[in-house]
Amino acid sequence: MAITPPSERLWWNEPASKTELIWIVIAFLWGLVMFFMMIYWHGAGKQNLSNEAYRTTPVRYARKSQAMIDAYTVRQENNYPVVHPPPGSDVYLTARLWQWWPILEFEKGQSYRLHLSSMDWQHGFSLQPVNINIQVHPGYEMVVTMQPDQAGEYGIVCNEYCGIGHHTMVGRIYVVE
Amino acid sequence: MAKTAEFRTCPTTGLKVYLTAEKLIKANAVVAVIFLAVGGFFGLLVALTRWPAVHILPADWFYLALTAHGFDVLLVWIIFFEIAVLYFASAVLLGSRLAGPKWAWAGFIMMLVGAVITNVTVLRGQSSVMFTSYVPMMAEPAFYLGIILFAVDALIGCFVFFGTLVIAKQENTYEGSIPLVTFGALTAAIIAIFTIASGAIILIPTLLWSVGLVSYVDPLVYKTIWWAMGHSSQQINVSAHVAIWYAIAAMVFGAKPLSEKVSRSAFLMYILFLQLASAHHLLVEPGLSSEWKIFNTSYAMYLAVLGSMVHGLTVPGSIEAAQRGRGLTKGLFEWLRKAPWGNPAFAGMFMSLVFFGFIGGISGVVMGTEQINLIMHNTLYVPGHFHGTVVAGTTLAFMAMTYLLVPLIFRRELMFKKLARWQPYIFGIGAAGISLFMMGAGTLGVARRHWDITFSDAPLPFDYPSTAFLMMGLNGMAAILAALGGLMFIVIVVGSVFFGRKLGKNDKPSYPEVPPQGAAVAHYGSSDTLKIPGTVMLVGIFFIAFVLYYFVNWKYLSEVWPLS
Repeated sequence: MAITPPSERLWWNEPASKTELIWIVIAFLWGLVMFFMMIYWHGAGKQNLSNEAYRTTPVRYARKSQAMIDAYTVRQENNYPVVHPPPGSDVYLTARLWQWWPILEFEKGQSYRLHLSSMDWQHGFSLQPVNINIQVHPGYEMVVTMQPDQAGEYGIVCNEYCGIGHHTMVGRIYVVE
Repeated sequence: MAKTAEFRTCPTTGLKVYLTAEKLIKANAVVAVIFLAVGGFFGLLVALTRWPAVHILPADWFYLALTAHGFDVLLVWIIFFEIAVLYFASAVLLGSRLAGPKWAWAGFIMMLVGAVITNVTVLRGQSSVMFTSYVPMMAEPAFYLGIILFAVDALIGCFVFFGTLVIAKQENTYEGSIPLVTFGALTAAIIAIFTIASGAIILIPTLLWSVGLVSYVDPLVYKTIWWAMGHSSQQINVSAHVAIWYAIAAMVFGAKPLSEKVSRSAFLMYILFLQLASAHHLLVEPGLSSEWKIFNTSYAMYLAVLGSMVHGLTVPGSIEAAQRGRGLTKGLFEWLRKAPWGNPAFAGMFMSLVFFGFIGGISGVVMGTEQINLIMHNTLYVPGHFHGTVVAGTTLAFMAMTYLLVPLIFRRELMFKKLARWQPYIFGIGAAGISLFMMGAGTLGVARRHWDITFSDAPLPFDYPSTAFLMMGLNGMAAILAALGGLMFIVIVVGSVFFGRKLGKNDKPSYPEVPPQGAAVAHYGSSDTLKIPGTVMLVGIFFIAFVLYYFVNWKYLSEVWPLS
């Protein structure tokens, strides 16, 4: 039994049953399928997270974000600037207690180099209802190339707990035709 | 050599039980159950708050309760119980005296002190940083201090276990190799060493940072090392509850492993590969390469998953072989149909096996796929997954084991037998419901650790789909069911332990039935002649579900905005 020492002293010489061996082979092969699926998707799939990231500081990042806001703000909404950057450009979204700053406006089908960084604690970029989720760290600047493929109004929910105002931290992205 | 007077012989199993080990097992198990009650209560409050129609706690209390819930059940309940399992699997199963009983007592007391310090600190309200305490969010120093104290003293329990193995070997208390269950416990203890070392490596500098002696802790480094503790500690649970599955199969059915070699190799896979799982929490972080993520998140080509899939065959397989050996050979499933479903030890164990595989296991692998993690990270899918592993899997298995510990170790007749028959079902179904509904809400994008998904105070509000609200309501109801099951468990166990009829020296408990320990299967390896078609069918269903669900999620991923 499993609660007593093995009945055969040389238990490692006992044959394993055929059922077990077949299952081990199937499970092992399935593991390989799942492993190579991730690699395959890097070539064939369209949804891969970039490895591009830099060390930064809140001050440096805020300066770049502000330069973008100054250049491309098209209107104000709820005291938020709405920024419409040119397609293909670098876009700086700032996470801070408890805002995603500023509101962004993208054009459908165009791609943007979206930079993400935090001014204070960790935050979670959760684009809804698309459901893309990326962790945002202070001191690190991540660059993700995104290509919105449907027009509409999208929310950015914070999904990393960031203190008492966490549940009020919602941003917005518009995608226009 | 220990004196015979320090031992008693168990009238049911014939095991020689060292009395000091027995006392330590009792103490650890009782404290574990108390923290399960406390942590479970916080969990119920959390679930009721996340049910938008109920929304019972204000925001500050919600985040406080969630921090306490995570710490008390994920760490304190489980590790106290695991220490009891370690002492059981070494001293009791090997019929040996326990190494360093004074150390074991000191470790027990200091663990308790640590757990109390952290709980009190959380209740003071200035340390609602969640169980994970990601820097640069800062808790009061005592929060980290309590966890460090708790973890480091749990290490003593591991060393007492190792010491006991050495003593048993030297004093020849058993023949040949250690039993499979002890081997599983050894796996858990080895992983525990790695886990606790990782915890100490990151929490000690964090403690120094919180008192101002260290100026900076890098958030990404913190997360990488913290999860080497946080995720690996869940792998201790996996090893421990798989060992318990084998133990219950042995005690209730007299089941033997189909082959010692296969089952032990599967445990070995855990030791070699499970520690890589820290990567599961880092798949959408900046600054880590895809190569690193793919290798680590897959436990080096899914070799630890292979271990679990093997146990998924060998545990029910050994039960089937034992039952068929008793003559329950009709059709595919007579062995299962006529299993003792009214015995809470078996019912809990078997549901734990099924839920851990189908709910916790499959969802974990899918979510841990590098790219698929993008549509799940930090949504409620994550707690949905780990309530499937830790609650429906580990906690249910530990509860099932407790039904055997009460008569055999506490030497008390189990009280409220009718309630005990139902308890595993109520708790198990509640826990499975919690997992599934949270995973459902997570698939719809709902954030975890979030007080108000209506965003009523947010300057730029957003609406989750109405199905998400339905999921949160169902999750709340499932949580009530699980809490009811938890309460039943605590009433039964605390009642029996303190007020149950004492069993005399030679009394055998009447319930749950532990049949005479005759071998149902002559020896392992005999399954060549003893087929297990029912288990093959179950495993086949599992595999099909796994493959389908895996590719469905790739399809979901392919529908989101292109990213590169």
